[in-house]
Amino acid sequence: MRFPILLTSVLSAVLLASSPSTAQAPAGGGKVFRYAYRVDPASLDPHALAETFTLSWLGQVYEPLVGRGKNLELVPALATKWEQPEPNVWRFHLRTGVKFADGSPFTADDVVFSLQRVKKDGSDMAYTVASVTEIKKVDDFTVDLVMAKPNPILPVQTTSTYIMSKAWAEKNGATAPASVKAKVENFASNNANGTGPFKIESRQAGVRTILVPNKEWWGEKETNVDQVVFTPIQADTTRVAALLSGEVDMIYPVPQQDAARIDGTGTYQVLKGAELRTMFLNMDQKRDELLNSDVKGKNPFKDRRVRQAIYQAIDVNAIRDRVMGGTSRVAGTMIAPGINGYDAKLDTRIPYDADAAKKLLADAGYPNGFSFGMDCSNDRYVNDERICQAIVGMLARVGLKVTLNAQTRTKFFEKVLARDTSFAMLGWQPLSYDAHSTLQDTMNTPVDKVGTYNVGNYSNHAIDKLTMEIETEIDPAKRSALIAEAMTLDKDDFGHIPVHQAGLAWGVKKGVSVVLRSDDSLELKWVKLD
Amino acid sequence: MGFLISRLGQTILVLFVAAFVSFALFRYVGDPVNNMVGQAASLADREAMRQALGLDDPTLLQFGRFVGQAVQGDFGISYRFGQPVAQLLAERFPATLELSIVAMIIATGLGIPLGVWTALHRGSWIAQALLTLSLIGVALPTFLIGIVLILVFSVWLGWLPSFGRGEVVSIGGWTTGLLTWTGIKALILPSITLGVFQLTLIMRLARAEMLEIMRSDFIRFAKARGLRRRTIEYGHALRNTLVPVVTIVGLQFGNVFAFSIIVETVFQWPGLGLLIIQAIQFADVPLLAAYLVLIAFCFAVINLAVDVLYAWIDPRVRAAGMGRSAA
Repeated sequence: MRFPILLTSVLSAVLLASSPSTAQAPAGGGKVFRYAYRVDPASLDPHALAETFTLSWLGQVYEPLVGRGKNLELVPALATKWEQPEPNVWRFHLRTGVKFADGSPFTADDVVFSLQRVKKDGSDMAYTVASVTEIKKVDDFTVDLVMAKPNPILPVQTTSTYIMSKAWAEKNGATAPASVKAKVENFASNNANGTGPFKIESRQAGVRTILVPNKEWWGEKETNVDQVVFTPIQADTTRVAALLSGEVDMIYPVPQQDAARIDGTGTYQVLKGAELRTMFLNMDQKRDELLNSDVKGKNPFKDRRVRQAIYQAIDVNAIRDRVMGGTSRVAGTMIAPGINGYDAKLDTRIPYDADAAKKLLADAGYPNGFSFGMDCSNDRYVNDERICQAIVGMLARVGLKVTLNAQTRTKFFEKVLARDTSFAMLGWQPLSYDAHSTLQDTMNTPVDKVGTYNVGNYSNHAIDKLTMEIETEIDPAKRSALIAEAMTLDKDDFGHIPVHQAGLAWGVKKGVSVVLRSDDSLELKWVKLD
Repeated sequence: MGFLISRLGQTILVLFVAAFVSFALFRYVGDPVNNMVGQAASLADREAMRQALGLDDPTLLQFGRFVGQAVQGDFGISYRFGQPVAQLLAERFPATLELSIVAMIIATGLGIPLGVWTALHRGSWIAQALLTLSLIGVALPTFLIGIVLILVFSVWLGWLPSFGRGEVVSIGGWTTGLLTWTGIKALILPSITLGVFQLTLIMRLARAEMLEIMRSDFIRFAKARGLRRRTIEYGHALRNTLVPVVTIVGLQFGNVFAFSIIVETVFQWPGLGLLIIQAIQFADVPLLAAYLVLIAFCFAVINLAVDVLYAWIDPRVRAAGMGRSAA
């Protein structure tokens, strides 16, 4: 839909001179925190859909064994301690005295049940425990996860794998994950019973959800909120208006063009950070003849010089300043800071140089450039279409005639995942916050379950081999070195061209304190109101 | 009776064609599967999902399956929400119907009297001013009206909410915001936004019709017979003016109902329009199919109602055996 974009631009123009009205008093007694996000969680079933926002939102109600702290570091949640008694066994020591929202006690049986549920057909979270072959209850508060081969990052992979109550799921016929494939509704899609810091008091899907603190929660109470009202507000303009009219205390995401205005009010402020998702460009390096190109009988992208020419022809700083309003963070590598395996030494770029690009193209035999098509989404990533338009313009300056095909996400992903593309922009945020996912899903030679999002079919068997080693290397220092080695290979090869991490922006009323975590997850347990 | 049966047959045909056309178009909304699985799903997982949902089958087969289930009242499970489509539509239907009805009451309640008044007082400066204003109503896009109203009444004045439906009261599965103060306050801006275009349209149409009728022979005869001016204007002329106006009101109601999408998006109004926007973005085929059939059904019902109203207002239609159908 194009009109929300129109709406936003109209709003920015129309509302520039606006001043906020006084806030409305919260209804009822106690401290109420009202916030709005772009969409509603897709389902309340914690194993139904591996989508960043849905999992982040459910993390207020459900908990994993090992959680994430304010800087994404691993912190104890339902497990107080975890260790590897043998290389291929992870042992979790569970917290005692924990209760689910319905009052039933939490034990190892719930963990075994939940992880088995995650592995069932129809679960979208199965990948988080794919390496686990056996789930063993040692005693009431100890669980062993056994793997065929060592998996050093299992705790990292499972920070969004939430634990449900066995008794509750059995009572309500929700022992299998909600799945559209099953063609039936599932009790767990519309009801929740977790151990988390908040519980759902009432919910109208797509309209409003009211949460209250879980009085039985085991953790130390940091928030002073008595009630939370969550509303999805889809249109950017309306979300901003809801904040400025005082109807909500916090909104995210804030459209980039409205950030300065919200900051300028004095009553509201914008918190900024950088996403964990890295945007990058894929070039088809498999076909013998490039699709939709005037070059016949060969594929120019197979030539490293051509890939370097494209890299050097794109001015990422200009994209940051002109397209992203200065909010993006230029990327020199395929993973963002905050992702396990990030190496600042690799996060450097060879400079933008259009003349060097032209020379490289001439050396490769294309002194007059050539033509090809570019695929891009227009409603998936921040400013996606505008970034692609800028890139098309920059490539034109070195003689590359690029035809842009920007379309809605359903059409875009259908096309690029079918490999019907020669040049495409994608973004990747490892759900495990670990570099292994970036390597495996976006850089490995596509085969079976790996390389799904490597839509240019870049293939480097050294990287494939390193990725396999990284998967089982237990020693953290060695593992980091292997990750750096693999990333360097892709970088030197220009296998992919990293662009940037987009900016995160949350609009918050003064007097409301929240923690902006770089995974864009609002943790209600850290919200404080004056 | 025969009239009703033949109309019913037509209605079923319309629904069938609407469903078929929508199925033929679904090929172009993109692949729903990539939104239904997380980024960790492999290409093989996605293909398995596609097969389980029957998305690889020929369009005709998919259509046949849809019709077969729909006649049993089963519209399937929404890809995005994992809930039965019929239930989702039933939950959202009251919000959109309430918004459309209030918008149309505002539009007709003001549009007809204003149209008649401006026709009877043509030349007066108030009538001229009203006509000029109505041009603005026709010309301004709906979303802009909505944004300006939000800016003035929510952000600047803080009188009315900028989003949502307020508190609703549930009566046997039907929800209404008309029984609570916050619900009524939440209705004001969206219903005005939705009704403005119809208001100006109805006003200009009522005015034009009224002017036409006032020039016709039977009004001149009535004047010659020395009937009271009020009787001529509001008894004879108004009644004849209403025939085309009712048609337009009826059809416009269908439009308001079906195309409340923009207003619902601007005001985050939890009705069908908002649901459908998401369904389009996520290529939620079962939801889209059922929605399009529902909208076709609403148009058919409205057309039927317009025909019946015609007969009531205009005896000539009744005499002609109710053969005429609405535009």
